[in-house]
Amino acid sequence: MTNVRYTKDHEWISVDDDVATVGITDYAQSQLGDIVFVEVPEGGKSVSKGGEAAVVESVKAASEVYAPATGTVTEGNGALGDAPDTVNTDPAGEGWFFKMTLADAAELDGLMDQAAYDTYLKELDA
Amino acid sequence: MRYLPLTEADRGAMLSTIGVDSVDALFSELPTGDPSFDLPDHQGELEVERALTAFARENLSCADAPSFLGAGNYRHHTPASLDYLIQRGEFLTAYTPYQPEISQGTLQTIFEFQTQVALMTDMEVANASMYDGATGCAEAAAMACRVTKRNKILVSGGVHPHYRDVTQTQLKHIGLTIECLAPDPIGIEDLIGRIDDDLACVVVQNPGFFGHLVDLSPLAEECHSHGVLLVACVAEPVSLGLVTAPGTMGADIVVGEGQSLAGPSSFGGPGVGLFATREKFIRQMPGRLCGETTDEDGRRGFVLTLSTREQHIRREKATSNICTNSGLIALAFSIHMTLLGEEGFTKLAAINHANAVTLAERIGVLAGVKVVPQNFFNEFAVTLPKPAADVVDELAVKGILAGVPASRFYPQYEELSNVLLVAATEMTTEAYMDALAAGFKKVL
Amino acid sequence: MTNPNQKNAADASQTVSGHRGLSFEEAIIFEIDTPGSSAVDLPEPEHDRDRLGGLRRRGGVGLPGLSEPDVVRHYTRLSQKNYSIDSGFYPLGSCTMKHNPRLNEKMARLPGLADIHPFQPASTAQGAYRLMDTLAHWLKELTGLPAIALSPAAGAHGELCGLMCIRAALEASGGARSVVLVPESAHGTNPATAAICGYAVESIPGNGNGRVDLNALKERLGPDVAAVMITNPNTCGLFETEAKEIADAVHTAGAYFYMDGANFNAIVGRVTLAELGVDAMHINLHKTFSTPHGGGGPGAGPTVLSEALAAFAPVPFVVHGPRGLAMAEHAGQGEAQHSFGRMKGFQGQFGVFVRALAYMMSFGKDGLRQVSGDAVLNANYLRVRLSEELTASYDGICMHEALFDDRFLKDTGITTLDFAKAMIDEGFHPPTTYFPLVVHGALLMEPTETESKATLDQFCESVLALARKAKRGDAVDDFKNAPVLTPRRRLDETQAARKPVLRWKPMPMPQAAE
Repeated sequence: MTNVRYTKDHEWISVDDDVATVGITDYAQSQLGDIVFVEVPEGGKSVSKGGEAAVVESVKAASEVYAPATGTVTEGNGALGDAPDTVNTDPAGEGWFFKMTLADAAELDGLMDQAAYDTYLKELDA
Repeated sequence: MRYLPLTEADRGAMLSTIGVDSVDALFSELPTGDPSFDLPDHQGELEVERALTAFARENLSCADAPSFLGAGNYRHHTPASLDYLIQRGEFLTAYTPYQPEISQGTLQTIFEFQTQVALMTDMEVANASMYDGATGCAEAAAMACRVTKRNKILVSGGVHPHYRDVTQTQLKHIGLTIECLAPDPIGIEDLIGRIDDDLACVVVQNPGFFGHLVDLSPLAEECHSHGVLLVACVAEPVSLGLVTAPGTMGADIVVGEGQSLAGPSSFGGPGVGLFATREKFIRQMPGRLCGETTDEDGRRGFVLTLSTREQHIRREKATSNICTNSGLIALAFSIHMTLLGEEGFTKLAAINHANAVTLAERIGVLAGVKVVPQNFFNEFAVTLPKPAADVVDELAVKGILAGVPASRFYPQYEELSNVLLVAATEMTTEAYMDALAAGFKKVL
Repeated sequence: MTNPNQKNAADASQTVSGHRGLSFEEAIIFEIDTPGSSAVDLPEPEHDRDRLGGLRRRGGVGLPGLSEPDVVRHYTRLSQKNYSIDSGFYPLGSCTMKHNPRLNEKMARLPGLADIHPFQPASTAQGAYRLMDTLAHWLKELTGLPAIALSPAAGAHGELCGLMCIRAALEASGGARSVVLVPESAHGTNPATAAICGYAVESIPGNGNGRVDLNALKERLGPDVAAVMITNPNTCGLFETEAKEIADAVHTAGAYFYMDGANFNAIVGRVTLAELGVDAMHINLHKTFSTPHGGGGPGAGPTVLSEALAAFAPVPFVVHGPRGLAMAEHAGQGEAQHSFGRMKGFQGQFGVFVRALAYMMSFGKDGLRQVSGDAVLNANYLRVRLSEELTASYDGICMHEALFDDRFLKDTGITTLDFAKAMIDEGFHPPTTYFPLVVHGALLMEPTETESKATLDQFCESVLALARKAKRGDAVDDFKNAPVLTPRRRLDETQAARKPVLRWKPMPMPQAAE
């Protein structure tokens, strides 16, 4: 059972055994508009919490995607190369950006859970 | 004044709507010093024409003298309809096509231009233009570093010194190492032996600055076996009508100066930078790109695209800071290429080469004059028995523009002081060649 | 009247040809190729001896051929699909879309100015050097700064020139620094340029009044800051009233004050940069000085420099020698001893210089003062009239451009983009939209001085009517479907970015029959 956590920059991270999967939330994809291009990291790349890990581009905007935790990328989602629109249609599922191992699982404790993220979104829209 | 439509009555009515007493009152936030300028007051067209014609009269125009000047800027003929078409107000006075629904004219011509440049260079894609060949060269080298994630650049001694200088200047603060080889008038430098795994790119020019025409294929192969990109510069794009294209020889990025096909010399500017590369690199390309798409009625149309590379979106992470480029000159280039077509362009190139061959034969037999390159397109270096700059000055007095001395670019290289660059185009007549030969006989 | 339910405007009167009256459907040249055709008659080469070393191009280039009548028709038809200053009002904020005088074009085409080569001997080009020197004099006089670099090819290029001079000056005095400060409202070229110059870029917030927050700036200034890049008037169309205080704070911290001169049209003839404490500023000749935009250039961005920066100016520049005028062409030599290098091939954008000088001479110092006067008058007139229905972002006098935001469209379901597209059907080019980023859904309008009151009134009546229509709430589709009267409706930019098609491609050759 995965336990999803969220960052203030609208990344989600869910952990399954030793591997964490990272993507952007539905809110983020709707803010960006039609996604046209995604640059995902390669396996083996080290990332640190809050550091740049990927780039997502729509027609009029480009956004960094930050790593929610420190660790090593195991794979980037290559399928997004041909179908970047998957990020729009299924941001929490097939639209994942990359998988990684975690250096310190405790880093996730500081992130928002579903309830906290939903509250955060309500505050943003106000 | 003729460009100001407002009348005093208009101003009065508008000021009253705004609620201020005078136009000057709108500037109350500015510092109160009332500057005075040592400049004349306004003038009518007649006076302005007189003043500018006076400047023009002080110059010896290439229309009035046999001219063999080249070194990256070439004198060609353009058809009469070209200048009329680029002066159509809808092309001349339009802005960058940010609202595509009302800019399909500009956008379609950019798409056609991009295609023509790609075809001419035998590359996969081209952009909507850079400022000129020299800045395009700098941008190409920077792009190669981004693509390969390396930071060393090697520049051949056959590259136009301005392209080399601009590359060194523009890239000096971003952590790149640029090694420039000494000028190579004889064409003997060994680039292949210098290729290693640290290089991002090698920058060459073909035909080279001193005229040499070489096969870049072996160099391209060596580069690719080390993951190095080959950047090829084309200073005279007319050559692409006759000579094997850089893309065919394996170049990864091709940059060039389009001036010679776009219009008059114009004292060197504005020109237009040509920039072409492989499709797999498009997201690292600088400059504007125009792409094909459809509108809401399903009809084909064109838009600027892949804008997220550019400064207005990526800001400090942009591939370049370029915004305004050289749109109208790119249009002129494209219209000329359309007027020429395949038949015209290839024949134009053939005439240029034939005239250059004739010229080389005519002056190569003169005492003390030696044509340096074995193979060339429409320009070649010659060595003279005395300093080329002196020869040029003496012949200028006689009303002959004999060529460009290498010392103009390389004043510190003694061994180049007798080297002269001489170009011939379709505008170089027998009579001009006679005049040059006679002039050389007199002063050499 | 447009019928919002009629999605396909082309259905309205389908013709056999696809043309509709004076609106022509035009193929791309590769589709109207007549092989063997050419619009040029060239003689055969005199001979076929070659010195190509075997490097003769094989297989041709693949270019289409057309006769002259077809070429002229092709480009004439394409031009008719373009909006332009010659067609109508073009209030693009910060672009200064003023009338492009044809006298400038005539002068640039004088054979003595067009048919001259950048490397002809100095004795045969004195007029060209003198023209450049004269232009330099005009720009130095108008700005009050003592030195100038003419060679940058555009505004962004000029910014790079200014920053490179600043960096060279700092390095020469032993104190290389690492950061450039840029207001959050800055044009994207500013941070992009600072990055190319090797600087980290940090943003200075605005105060609530649309201007740079002086205190925030003072707090951030320090020994690591090389320069501050300020646009004045700023991108909100407002004069930075604390410009002098900003300059003083910057100088006290040992940094330099770069001014982005894109908005010079608002203040030309009325203030000198010395009064504003500016060390370097680029001038967009294709904005303030009327050289044509040409669909995306060419421009020119000459950069005026303070005494402290003058020595570092890039080559080439005009020098006064014993035998007349000459060009300093080599950084590190003679008068260019401390020059930071070369930014541009040949001698700079000479054709643009000719056009700009013709314009300056036409206006003179008295006329240029009227230019900024009428430009600012026109912008304030728009601001006041349009404020009846639109929401101006800032109160009070604006300079040459007026900034509105999308608060007036709240709850209508219509965005700034939709509103702009509806303006197109009214026959106006939309203003700059979504810039600056400091307000939501920005609409930045710069009328310039070359518009009549009648044009401004017509524009205001249309825009006010559109605003009222938007607020009524019963015509959302009209805005969403706009424009409908143009050669093309809205274009699919997502498709263009996802599957880029950047050129026409020839059909692959069919396999040879067995």
